[in-house]
Amino acid sequence: MDALTVKVAGVEFRNPFLLASGIWGESGASLHRAYVAGAGGVVTKSIGREPRTGYPNPTIERLDDWGLLNAMGLPNPGIKNYAEEVRFALSKGVKVVGSVFGGTPEEFALLSVEMEKLGVGSIELNLSCPHAKGYGSEIGADPELLSEVVRAVKKAVKVPVWAKLTPNTSDPALLAAAAESAGADAISAINTVRALAIDPVGMRPVLYHGLGGLSGPAIKPIGLAFIWQAYEKVRIPLVGIGGITTPEDAFEYLLAGATLLEVGTAVADSGGTVFHTLADGLREILKERGFGNVAEAVGAAHRK
Amino acid sequence: MRTTVTIEEVVRETPSTVTLRFRYAPTALPGQFVMIWLPGDDEVPMSLSYVEPEPLKGVTVKVMGATSRHFNQLEKGVRVGIRGPYGNHFDLTPSNILLVAGGSGAAVLAPAAEAAHRRGSKVSVALGATTANEILFRDRFARFAEEVFLSTDDGTEGRKGFVTNLLPEILSSRKFDAVWSCGPEVMMVKTLRASEEHGVPFFGSLERQMKCAINLCDACAFGPYHVCTEGPVFDGKTLASVEDFGTFKRDASGQRVRA
Repeated sequence: MDALTVKVAGVEFRNPFLLASGIWGESGASLHRAYVAGAGGVVTKSIGREPRTGYPNPTIERLDDWGLLNAMGLPNPGIKNYAEEVRFALSKGVKVVGSVFGGTPEEFALLSVEMEKLGVGSIELNLSCPHAKGYGSEIGADPELLSEVVRAVKKAVKVPVWAKLTPNTSDPALLAAAAESAGADAISAINTVRALAIDPVGMRPVLYHGLGGLSGPAIKPIGLAFIWQAYEKVRIPLVGIGGITTPEDAFEYLLAGATLLEVGTAVADSGGTVFHTLADGLREILKERGFGNVAEAVGAAHRK
Repeated sequence: MRTTVTIEEVVRETPSTVTLRFRYAPTALPGQFVMIWLPGDDEVPMSLSYVEPEPLKGVTVKVMGATSRHFNQLEKGVRVGIRGPYGNHFDLTPSNILLVAGGSGAAVLAPAAEAAHRRGSKVSVALGATTANEILFRDRFARFAEEVFLSTDDGTEGRKGFVTNLLPEILSSRKFDAVWSCGPEVMMVKTLRASEEHGVPFFGSLERQMKCAINLCDACAFGPYHVCTEGPVFDGKTLASVEDFGTFKRDASGQRVRA
């Protein structure tokens, strides 16, 4: 087995670098493109039951090269229309993780069943979008609601279920433990960090929605802390997300306890070439530091 | 990075079109676009209709919806948010170029045509509009173009009908080494077909849903391409290879809908 190959809940990925949800995932062609660019797999845009336009612009605010603020508002064409995009990606051999969001456990379950029918290999529950009323972190920051959702989805599908958690909480370990005991097969973290940009000239928030979510290099230490705390608490695999831009970032996430990694903001900046850079770089680092494969490095910082 | 510019000049081009001029330092190449934000309203993509060496950059806005109506009412001194420029640009090396513009598409092509002319290229222009007083940048093109061909839907100026009706005659009687086009997509499809028939390389500037403009959100997905980064200018071969060209657009939810 190749040193970069990773298995999570029985599903194999050729390398640990996945396209994060919300990036490029509106079209099957773009999902395919990320895979061709070297991603180990792709996570779809978060899909709901009905078409949703999301918020008006401005939906993003670039903050130099250290961060990116967004409040897209979960735009998506609805599961029925999105089916053709997933089918296209799957027909090209892309490893697809289907991301879904709902307002109730039943809605999450229904959407997950639809995703499973389309043929995705794993499902990621968006329990963490920080800027959509009635969705995301409004559900996922409450351990009980989160558990209900995970239980409902686990009962409804056979494929592995990942719970994507929010960093906008005082106790990451508590959310991680709730997801695990409800039956989640993996935890992905983090989603974006609640944040705000103010336009000093217009004297108002820049984003149409006001509050948004911060991604990019600025949030790497927050993601690392979440993974670190979750690793100490749960046994299920962790999918590390947050500011991964260089192979060194990726290595640090593995050391903190992540098995898989998702890349978002850096994909946009590099036009997709980041996947090869990350994979080649991580392979070198693992070899140099004496690790035979990714799994050996997972959580290594906890054993020091 | 977003910044704020002050509108220094407002030029009423046609009853439905207005040009806003402002000082904005980042270098822009003809064909590129900026995201312009009216605080409290929307932020929209706009191709630059004036770039360097002009001291003032500019965008030319056609009234389509509520936001462009708002743009249309802007006055000198108003401050707007801006980021960019984004996207690719026209290749200025062809030596004998035919522009085919429909409606406000002329706004995108004008700075590219001027830049090509400054480099020594010959430029001819086919301009189409709904009616005579909606013909955009006719005088601007007349200053340097070899020839300007006009058409209006209602026949109030130039040949009556669509601008594409002029193409067979123009393309068979003259030699061009590039066709540049911008306007309604059906017009571009026809222009591409005519260019192919005459063996002239085609380049068209596309318009799609634009949200992030920085290759992230996929709202502008056009086949496997992102209009914000790999566009808005595409060559004819690329355009013809994408099923959506002239047929489908994605709406704000990402759903593919008939154009």
